[in-house]
Amino acid sequence: MNRASLVFAALLAVLLPLSLLAGRVWISPFGDGPHNAALILAELRLPRAVLAVVIGAGLGAGGAAMQGYLRNPLADPGLFGIAPMAALGAVASFWLAPLLPPAVAAWSLPVMALGGAALGMAGLALIAGRTASDGAEGAGGGIALFTLAGLMLASLAGALTALAITLAPNAFALSEIVLWLNGALTDRSWREVWIAAPLTLAGIGVLALAARSLDALTLGEAAARSLGVEPRRLLVLLVIGIGLTVGAGVAVAGIIGFVGLVVPHLVRPLTDRLPSSLLLPSALAGACLVLAADSIVRILPLVTELRLGIALSLIGAPFFGWLLVQMRRGRL
Amino acid sequence: MTLAAENLNLTRGGRSVVEGLTAALAPGKITAIVGPNGAGKSSLLLALAGLLEPSGGAVTLDGTPLAALTPRGRAQAIGYLPQSPDIAWDVSVESLVALGRLPWRDRGTAAIEAALAALDLETLRTRPVSRLSGGERARVLLARVLAGNPRWILADEPLAALDLAHQLALIAHLKACARAGQGVAIVLHDLALAMNHADHVLVLHEGRLAQEGPPADALAGEVIARVWGVSAQWLGEPGRRGLVSGA
Repeated sequence: MNRASLVFAALLAVLLPLSLLAGRVWISPFGDGPHNAALILAELRLPRAVLAVVIGAGLGAGGAAMQGYLRNPLADPGLFGIAPMAALGAVASFWLAPLLPPAVAAWSLPVMALGGAALGMAGLALIAGRTASDGAEGAGGGIALFTLAGLMLASLAGALTALAITLAPNAFALSEIVLWLNGALTDRSWREVWIAAPLTLAGIGVLALAARSLDALTLGEAAARSLGVEPRRLLVLLVIGIGLTVGAGVAVAGIIGFVGLVVPHLVRPLTDRLPSSLLLPSALAGACLVLAADSIVRILPLVTELRLGIALSLIGAPFFGWLLVQMRRGRL
Repeated sequence: MTLAAENLNLTRGGRSVVEGLTAALAPGKITAIVGPNGAGKSSLLLALAGLLEPSGGAVTLDGTPLAALTPRGRAQAIGYLPQSPDIAWDVSVESLVALGRLPWRDRGTAAIEAALAALDLETLRTRPVSRLSGGERARVLLARVLAGNPRWILADEPLAALDLAHQLALIAHLKACARAGQGVAIVLHDLALAMNHADHVLVLHEGRLAQEGPPADALAGEVIARVWGVSAQWLGEPGRRGLVSGA
């Protein structure tokens, strides 16, 4: 565990109990809170906090891996098709759910979102997984091909999602779709935790298997291959790892953007900057960021709770602009 | 441990770049691969490193086709230095050199220290690569290859963009590797460097082996006229020769 991991693990250890106490109803750690404090903690705050940690960890680790793979500090796992495809699956479930028996319909959203993510992963692997045997710049079909395939998928999924919104069966469904797309952890329960946590952990595990290969990519694709990196294996690990971490997050919380972009930048100065050094601390920092943001939106004195996805985009978009300026000045 | 190309054909982007090339490279020597632009030098080096799949023929290491080796086994045997690679992250010199140990999956502290020492980089170990001069950067990149203790070092124009002093310093390091028994093959544009420092020269022309042998034979004026279309002659003593163009 490196220094950055220790820093963000310590921060998480502080934020987690604070998050459990914070909300419209504040709970005192000394037991003199509302009579239903235990119920609020066990059934509302704790699953929500755990879910924030899980989703933030997945997005943080996914962002670090994606930036390492694309050798680009501006990469975000959401840009490359998997998150938009998961969102498309979820949106499709709003259409399909009324046609299903209630017991099945209750699971249609996460299942279809994960199905969308899987479809996005398969599309990426199919298009970008071809091995370039002629040694041209671009190992395993090429990082450029991967990027373009992801952008194509993201664009297609975005268009189909927009179409689904336009043709929403009724005003209630339209409102549900739009609200869900904005991303939130409101009213989430242990059910969502049990869906997202195993998949996210598995995804982070898969990304960890790719860590040293991502380090080799620091020197470029040809040098990485000369160090024994197998491009197709790396691509498969990346697609599965990102698919699981991002897909699981979208399946239970909607679109939560910019975490994967922002977090590796917060972590990088505390590490030796190699992608393998970033994975664990980025997971921890992502958990801290989503947990803190979700706690803040909960206590803001607004009539309705600000959607987490909107809040994080409000933070992330200016940060993205700042990154671009830093790049222009040659500081990244 | 001989690295050999046997009736090698290479194709890139659907275009044939090397045809029917047969050559054996011996360890303990510096082999220079020279030729005009587009002659297939870099493609040949990639194939010798096992990074470009032959469309015909084979590259063998002590008789074993490279294709029969695992990527890791090949990486342990052959170190490849691409032409001035861009470094994605501003890592420290030590972290970058340590990447050379990836095929071995160990910390390789002794090998990393030896590589840093061999290229006089001990005092720069914590410096970010963005704050290195061109010469320092070239040494660091070579140290990364040395840290893997490969039996072969293949470098694509490692001396390009270096000033004379740094060129000579780097080639001295490569000579030391060859003296220690490692095989060294480098793509060069500067024929004088090949003439004065290589033990063996492969001259490529339009994807074919136009000439090979000791530098004095492979780079004779007649070969230069035939391959480069330039009339030129060598002046000076062996080991200190300069090429002068013109009839």
